[in-house]
Formats: sequence, C-alpha cells, structure tokens
Amino acid sequence: MLNRRRFLMSTAAAGAAGLAGLHLTPAFAEGTQQIQIFVPAAPGGGWDQTGRTMDQVMRAEKLISGSQITNVGGAGGTVGLPQFISQWNGKGDSLMVAGMVMVGAIIANKAANNLTQVTPIARLTGEFEALVVPAESPFKTAADFVAALKADPTKVPVAGGSAGGSDHILFGLIAKTVGVPATNLSYVPFAGGGEALSALLGNQVAAGISGFGEFSEQVKAGALRLLAISADKRQDGIDAPTLKEAGIDVELFNWRGVFAPPGVSDADKAAMITLVETMAKSDAWATECKNRNWTPILLTGDDYAKFVAEDSARIEAILKDLGLA
Amino acid sequence: MNTLEQLAHGFAVAFTPVNLLWCLLGTTLGTAIGVLPGLGPALTIALLLPITYQVAPEASFILFAGIYYGAMYGGSTTSILLNTPGESATIVTALEGNKMARSGRGGAALATSAIGSFVAGTLGTLGVAFLAPVVVKFALAFGPAEYFSLMVLAFITVSAVLGSSSVRGLTSLFAGFVIGMIGVDLQTGQPRFTFGTTELLDGVDVIIAAVGLFAVGETLYMASRRYAGKDEIVPLKGSLYMTAAEWGRSWKAWLRGAAIGFPIGAMPAGGAEIPTFLSYAVEKKLSNHKEEFGTVGAIEGVAGPEAANNASAAGVLVPMLTLGLPTSATAAIMLSAFQSYGINPGPLLLTTQANLVWGLIASLFIANIILVILNLPLIGLWVRLLKIPAPQLYAGILVFATVGTYGISQSPIDLVILYLLGAAGFLMRRFDFPTAPVIIGMILGPLAETQFRRAMTISNGDWSVFYKHPLSLTLLTLAFIGLVGPHIWSFIEHRRRRGPEHVPGDA
Repeated sequence: MLNRRRFLMSTAAAGAAGLAGLHLTPAFAEGTQQIQIFVPAAPGGGWDQTGRTMDQVMRAEKLISGSQITNVGGAGGTVGLPQFISQWNGKGDSLMVAGMVMVGAIIANKAANNLTQVTPIARLTGEFEALVVPAESPFKTAADFVAALKADPTKVPVAGGSAGGSDHILFGLIAKTVGVPATNLSYVPFAGGGEALSALLGNQVAAGISGFGEFSEQVKAGALRLLAISADKRQDGIDAPTLKEAGIDVELFNWRGVFAPPGVSDADKAAMITLVETMAKSDAWATECKNRNWTPILLTGDDYAKFVAEDSARIEAILKDLGLA
Repeated sequence: MNTLEQLAHGFAVAFTPVNLLWCLLGTTLGTAIGVLPGLGPALTIALLLPITYQVAPEASFILFAGIYYGAMYGGSTTSILLNTPGESATIVTALEGNKMARSGRGGAALATSAIGSFVAGTLGTLGVAFLAPVVVKFALAFGPAEYFSLMVLAFITVSAVLGSSSVRGLTSLFAGFVIGMIGVDLQTGQPRFTFGTTELLDGVDVIIAAVGLFAVGETLYMASRRYAGKDEIVPLKGSLYMTAAEWGRSWKAWLRGAAIGFPIGAMPAGGAEIPTFLSYAVEKKLSNHKEEFGTVGAIEGVAGPEAANNASAAGVLVPMLTLGLPTSATAAIMLSAFQSYGINPGPLLLTTQANLVWGLIASLFIANIILVILNLPLIGLWVRLLKIPAPQLYAGILVFATVGTYGISQSPIDLVILYLLGAAGFLMRRFDFPTAPVIIGMILGPLAETQFRRAMTISNGDWSVFYKHPLSLTLLTLAFIGLVGPHIWSFIEHRRRRGPEHVPGDA
C-alpha cells in the first residue's frame, strides 16, 4: 500500500519535474526578481516570522521584487521537508526556513528525509535559552540548582516546551555535563513557553527552561530570577552569567536558517548565498532582530553545512540519553 | 478612579474615525470567518500579520480584537440554523439551537445568542478593565492538580449531552478519547495511533472533527433521507426575535454563562470550550423547562453557552495583557504581532504601553456594540437561509466545509480525515449515537491526561496532591456532588411523595 503510494507520488513528481523542464524560467543567478519561500510550519510561528521578515527586509532593501510564501505545517517540519525535497528539486529561486527544532523532529520522528538532502545556504539567527526560577525559590545561583539536581533529580521538576524540543535538550545537556543520569530527570513539558511560564509564576515547578525572550519581561519585573543563559558569551543588558561561566560547560542556540532545494546549480547557490548575506548585513535586518530578541549568528555555505552536521550528531546523542530517539 | 481615567483616554484613542473603521472591518471579517466552518480567528489573524509592517499598533490590535470577538458571534449562526458549528466553542450551541430552529424558533435562538454575546462580551470586557489583577492571581493558582480536578468536574457535564442512552453516549465519548490520543504524546514525545503517517503526528484538529461529524455527517444524513419523502421546511413561529417569556428565560442564563466563561477563559489552560460544556450542564440542571432540552430546544441551552464563550474570549485577554501569557492560539498570534512592533508583552505592558492597552480595551466595547448592531438585523436574513431548498443548501455547506478545512493547513490528509469522520457522523446519526460527546472526549480526554501526568511528575508520584490542594479538593467535591447529588435528591423526593405508608406487600 505504502509502496504503491510512494511509487505513484514519485512518478507524479517526475512528471511535474518534466513539465517544469519544458517551461524554462531564466536561471535565478542571471537576475534578481521574485523568490519563493517555503515555510514548513503553520503561519504565525518562529519559522513563519523568519520567512515573512526576510521577505519584508529584502523588499525594503530592493534586493528582490517580491516573494511568494508557502506554508506546509506539521510535525516539527517533517511534513514539509519531503515535499521540499521532491517537489521543489532544482528550483534555484527557492528557500526553505528550518532550524534546530527540525533537526530534533527528524531524529525523534524517525523521519525518512533529513537536512543533508537539501542545500545549506545560511544560518541566520539564534535564540539562546534561559534557566529561571520563581522569585521565591531557594535557588540563588545556577550552582544551587545543580546541587539540588545532584542530590535528588526527581525532587527538582523543571518546566519547558514539548518533550524532545530545544528546552528539553538543554536540560538533558546540563544534566549530562554535571553527571546526573538523564533518565532520572523530572521534566514537565508544556505546549509552549507561555504555558510553562504560568506554571513558574504559580510556583508549581522548581525551575523553567525556555527561549530567553519568553521570560525576559518577567525577569525585568522581578517575578522570575534568571540563573543563567545558554549563550556563548555575556550579553549586553542581561545581568546573568552564561552556563559556561556558571561552571556548566554547555552552549546552545535554538538556531534558524535557510536551505535551498536539492539539485540547484552552483551559480544559483552562490547567488542565493550572496542575496541572503546582503540581507543579513543590512540595518533593517538588524533592527528586526533586535525587536524580536533574535541573536544574529550568520554562517554561510560549507561552514553552515558542517555546523548542521555537528549539531545533528550532538542532538541525536542527547535525545538517545533522554530515551526519545 | 485611575482605571476610569485611563479607560476614558482609551476611548479617545478608539473613537478616532480611522480606528472605528478598523474596528468595523475587523468585526465584519470576524463574523464572516465565524460563519464559515473551519476557518477560525487564529488562522485569519496569522494571515493578516504582515499588515503590522504598514499600520500603527493601535489600528492593527483593534482590527485583530474585532476579528476575535466577531468570530465568537458568527460561529453560532451556522450551529443554530444548520447544525454545523463554525468554531469548536459553538458545538454546544448546536445542541439546543438547532432543535429550536427546527421547531420554528431559529430567530429567537439567534437573537438570544447575539444579545447574550453582547451582554457577556461587555461584562467580560469590564472584567478585563477592572478585575484583571485579581482574576490573574486566581488563574495562576491553578496548577496541574487543579486543572485535572476541573476536567473531572467537566466530565460530569457529559451526562447532560449523552442523549437517551448512556451506553451510546459513553461509546461516543470513548471514541472521542481515542481520536484525541492520536499524535505525538506531549509528555514523552512518542507517537500514538499514527500508523507511521507523518501527517497524523500533530493529531486530529478538533475543528476538523467538529466540521466532519456535524456538517459533513448532517449533509450525508439529509441526502440519505431525500428519497424517504418529505422535505422539511420549517415555518417561523411567533415573533422573529424573542418573546417576553424567552427574554425572561435568557437573562439569567447570560449572566451565569458570563460568570462561568470569564474566569475559565483567564486560566492558562482553560480555553473557550470547557465553559460552554459547564454552562450547558448548569442550565439544564436549573431549567424549569427540562422537557424542552433535546426535543423542541430550550433557549437557556443556547443563551448560557453563547454567553460563556464570549466571556471566555474576554477572559483570554486578561493574562495576555497583564502577564504576556498567551492562553489560546489566537492570543499567541496576537502576542507575536506585539513583537513585530518591538513591544514585549509582559507584566510591564500596562505601564509602558498604556495608550495601546486602553485603546484596545475601549475598542472591545465598541466592537461589541458594532457586532450586536450588525448581527440583529442580519437574523432576518440568516433565517431565510433555511428557505433554500435542501439540496442546494447542503451542497453549499459541503463546499464551505471542504474549503474551510483545506484552508486550515492546505493538507489533503485533513480532507481525508474530514470525510472519514463525516461518514462516521452519518452512521452515528443513522444509528442514533450522539455526536457531541465525541468532540467533548477529544477536548477533555487529552487535557485531563496531560494535566494528570504533569501533576504526578511534579509531585513525584504522590496522589495526595489532588486532595491536599484546597482548590483541587473543592472542585472534586463539586464533581462528586454533581454525580451523586441528583440520585440522592430523587431518592428523597421519591420517598417523600410515596410516603412511608407505601410498604412492600401493603397493596
């Protein structure tokens, strides 16, 4: 049944590719006009905002005349990815938004496709994570938290996003680094940072882990205490050490980037990298990043490919420890 | 006093001609998407997010809030007239509302839902303006243990919609549980009942299930009965709007609905559906016209849940504006709109963005007034929908249901699910199984499971959390009374009426 469906789909895709070949559009590298942005998530989320902000900035900077955005949401991007690989093959004017969440979803869902099958263009932004506790908590520093975790991990319930997501991964990495077995952790997953936040404000859990932006306003208002952030270095205006400074050798960015489909020409790939690089270096992009709490961490081409491979390996290892892969 | 001044200032912001126009546009658009089965406010606002690059923050939030409130008004129309809920929060409305429409009181059902929405929306918005800090404190006291107990209480309400046979009703409920379990388990990240299909990893959308079971099922059922003979054309009986008796029966239900909807809407995991279930159960219990429930349609059963869903829409804004907590999909998308203006929603929002927040609250009052003005005269037009011959009308419903469902995620798999559930809905109607418990099971089952497991994770496996927390204990006690109370009561009544002289063997 599945085989027959796959067969039908692949013949359909081959047919479509043949048709596309007949109506030759000028190669993308020859001139900048319209681009296609593929968002493997529903409208409104982080990838969708990344795609729409890119469209906005590129048009404002006159880099493109416009773009068409396609949303195919579901299962952390693993519904959209196979479509991008098969149906968008060779389209040099196209970009897919993806990120660390997709790497995790590919591993956890045991997906048939992965990010080595698409063409890496650039890593654009990242959000570092924050480890916070309610204002009334006895934990004053990250060391207090680690001490309690070492004493009895089952007594330290930690709230965060969905199981196997970036928040859970960071908790696993912290535990692994300080020598606490990942299987003993008491992780309480919520549908999103917002719901986890309410559990923290209501003092239901001992600590919380999520993107820094989810907690920043509560920290400012004094309702939560920020113990540490997962960035590589201290951040301006944030009064908290990095995990590394706090003695936990972990660094994690929930990164987002863009990929071109498989089978694009080298010229198209180079032109796309130049386009995205120009956009990422513009002032308009810097302003948008600042507004949205995105840290610009530009990395392009082969360096980006290497980074994706390393990050995938690290995430797969920790998900295995957590019993999710 | 301070609040009043700020509110007055808010009205000054909202009453500029341009902002009034945005409000009118939002409410009209909201009503329209509410009427269409499938399309909801969350998706509409997400698609309109790019306008935040072009217009002032006040204008776009007034537009979004108008859409949000408007969808709550519009959703009831198709529920009542065609038994096809446009939103998951209006499923309960279909139970009595459609029965009323079939007995010629469709106009009254629409009127009580529009006016009830207005009353509850206005009360809810007053609550946002004056009670926000208190309500949010109460809402945050709700941890996983309390939520689980609330779900237990909500399960009692299922008995109100089970229909004539509890075996059939419970079968439907458990079918709902199974559908609700499909997808990745949030607690462990493992897929359940997905049979290797990637598209099923996110589970079955409640809206698709509601549209499938109600709209598609209803269409198939009508089609199957065409050959059986008579075509039902229901003449309008009595006044187009409400009679004095109907007013008398509605107003208490509106107030009770608002009182249930607002606080639950404000809870981080409350949502808009649970208050409608609770309100329906309360109205059925308190009504003096119990015989009308499920037969000719009881107006309380429309008035209460409709008020509850609008009050909960207002309640959702409380944690959003005071803490930056999104408690519904729509609120989450509105929060991302704040971010595109570089505004960080959080506890400081009320002080740093007073203009925006109070302008938004004032525009909600205006939106409510516009909506009731927009909707009341439309009732005469809507009830005429029923005069369209059945084949054309139901063909139209099928088209809108299909387009609306495809619009949610552009996924063909969703259409397959829609029609499978539609076929199931047809069979359920044919063999007299109630469909509402399926949806209730889909919503409550996974929520109860998740909250139970969270509570047990946090307490490290200690059951006492459910009765050691006072709020949780209160809710469980209420649930117990709701379950056992009626039996004890009828036993006492029985004894009193029969009297002690009726001794077995005495006849």
